[in-house]
Amino acid sequence: MSEAVSQKRNTRTGSSEGFDEVLVDVRDLKMYFPVTEGVFVPRVVAQVKAVDGVSFQVFRGETLGVVGESGCGKTTTGRCILQLEKPTAGEIIFYGDDITKYDSKQMIDVRKKIQVIFQDPYSSLNPRMKVGEIIAEPMKVHNIITDEAERQKRVRYLLNVCGLASAFADRYPHEMSGGQRQRVGIARALAMDPEFIICDEAVSALDVSIQAQVINLLEDLRDEFDLTYLFISHDLSVVRHICHRVAVMYLGNLVELADGDELFENPLHPYTRLLLNAVPIPDPDIEKGRAHEIIKGEIPSPINPPPGCVFHPRCPMAVDNCKKQIPQLREVKPGHWVACTEV
Amino acid sequence: MALLEIKDLQTQFFTSAGTVKAVDGVSYTVEEGETVAVVGESGSGKSVTAMSIMRLIPWPPGKIVGGSINFDGKDLLALTDDEMRSIRGRDIGMIFQEPMTSLNPVLTIGMQLTEPMIAHLGMSEEAAMEKAKKLLGMVGISEPDRRLAQYPHHLSGGMRQRVVIAMALACDPKLIIADEPTTALDVTIQAQILELMKDLTRELGVAMIIITHNLGVVARYADRVNVMYAGRIIESGNASDIYHRPRHPYTLALLKSVPRMDRQREAKLDPVDGQPPDLTKLDGGCSFRPRCRFAQDHCAKSFPALEDIGGGHTSACFEKDNLDKEVKDVVG
Repeated sequence: MSEAVSQKRNTRTGSSEGFDEVLVDVRDLKMYFPVTEGVFVPRVVAQVKAVDGVSFQVFRGETLGVVGESGCGKTTTGRCILQLEKPTAGEIIFYGDDITKYDSKQMIDVRKKIQVIFQDPYSSLNPRMKVGEIIAEPMKVHNIITDEAERQKRVRYLLNVCGLASAFADRYPHEMSGGQRQRVGIARALAMDPEFIICDEAVSALDVSIQAQVINLLEDLRDEFDLTYLFISHDLSVVRHICHRVAVMYLGNLVELADGDELFENPLHPYTRLLLNAVPIPDPDIEKGRAHEIIKGEIPSPINPPPGCVFHPRCPMAVDNCKKQIPQLREVKPGHWVACTEV
Repeated sequence: MALLEIKDLQTQFFTSAGTVKAVDGVSYTVEEGETVAVVGESGSGKSVTAMSIMRLIPWPPGKIVGGSINFDGKDLLALTDDEMRSIRGRDIGMIFQEPMTSLNPVLTIGMQLTEPMIAHLGMSEEAAMEKAKKLLGMVGISEPDRRLAQYPHHLSGGMRQRVVIAMALACDPKLIIADEPTTALDVTIQAQILELMKDLTRELGVAMIIITHNLGVVARYADRVNVMYAGRIIESGNASDIYHRPRHPYTLALLKSVPRMDRQREAKLDPVDGQPPDLTKLDGGCSFRPRCRFAQDHCAKSFPALEDIGGGHTSACFEKDNLDKEVKDVVG
């Protein structure tokens, strides 16, 4: 079905050419989580700076990848856009309005347009509900389709769109495999006819061949329903395959942002370079020829991040100034942004 | 003679849903000092094979019902439990996926690291502590004195996995079985740990079986590769042959399913349709047949045996000579 559609449109990834309408504008987003001590009168003793001043724009129709290791703040960024966390500071502009100022009633309309697909299809589906009920529930809650028969028709349609037979509507999640469950998660996200979907490690828990099936499905849906994705993942190979642009995060900061092809072929930030170098490529001959430069040490604690550039303690290019000056994201080439003073 | 020789191993689980043939006639060898990878997706039997070598299959419901495992001149399946215990952790070390579950949360790192040396090698506590410090240094952990007194929850995931590697090396094993050793770790930490394992195994001449689903990890670190599907090895050979001249449709399909970081996206991924089979309902034919693009009528009649096609490269497929066109697509 959609195979033909996508070939006709020939959606080449790795380039942001042709995307110019800003859909979501994230400005100086900060999310600090308090660390408290004391049981009865908790007092704040420190802050975990999960996201510490991140700005980027998401263009309509593009897939923006957010990569980084655990604790870099990529998931928290996604949760802030969904308003599942109330950001400490910053703005998230969606259709001209800062949605961080919205109350829960105003958010209802936004939630129809922004949906999410989580990593673990085992814990994001209610085990006591049938698949049909899971997919129908958001339509019921938001009064999208009030007629029960119509709703069931749409459930079957969504299942089919996601590559599942209509009969799956009567099954429970535990009767399905991981890949099938992830398809249910996708069908549920599509139920609201969203414009923007945040995919948080959406294919990371799946086996190679199933993962490829779901990646293809996400691409087909993107073309068919004109979706915009924020694709949060630690898997750089998947991100290279599916994303038009890629943002690299480290310890709550955005360190590099560029078109996919540009970022993977010409990484500029020392962290991005070391990160790409660490990813093994499934070809033994290529691997033999690669110099394996290993990044030293581990990610510091976000409670007490290093002063200056947060990457300087592990950086092979660090100079004295990096300990003091916080590097700002700057555009070194058209569309290629780097937060490093030594580039 | 090979260090480890597995012949026609069969491990089954007897469940209420039927008999699961988790490992169904697996044979392979590991030479001294070599790194052999076992790749496959969930349920292919790669971990059960490893657990069978260690004789850690829980009964009920699991049981090794056939075959032989020869390690260093001993038939592991004929040993008593006591004899097996003296091999586990001594001659064969183990590294599991999740270091938090393979370390005891209520014992200090020092106690856990010295225990195998005291139990297997009869070392005194002091001597074992001295060696433990050396081991921590080898795996790149600084301040060994302080670390030995700490508990697992004090350490990061990467650090814990380093401790597990130190434990595996503690009794100078001849073989280390690493089951998804880096799957739970971040990619830069994965690179650190794998590099460490490679250096240490080469330096100390330890053989290693690395079990993984990550084809990139295999390409970087393994000398030889066994590809498993539905409880059997369906292709094996040296890494270069497997990646550049695959001779089984499943291996080919796996290679076509992995997105590559080093290539511009040219086309969509081309994964196999469908899902792995239910291991309680296998028939006499090739288990990959329902998903196979090359399947013919004869594939349903009997299971193809692993056949040598030269240079130690084997494939279990009747149609193995007819894959050329698609192989070219992959290799380019």
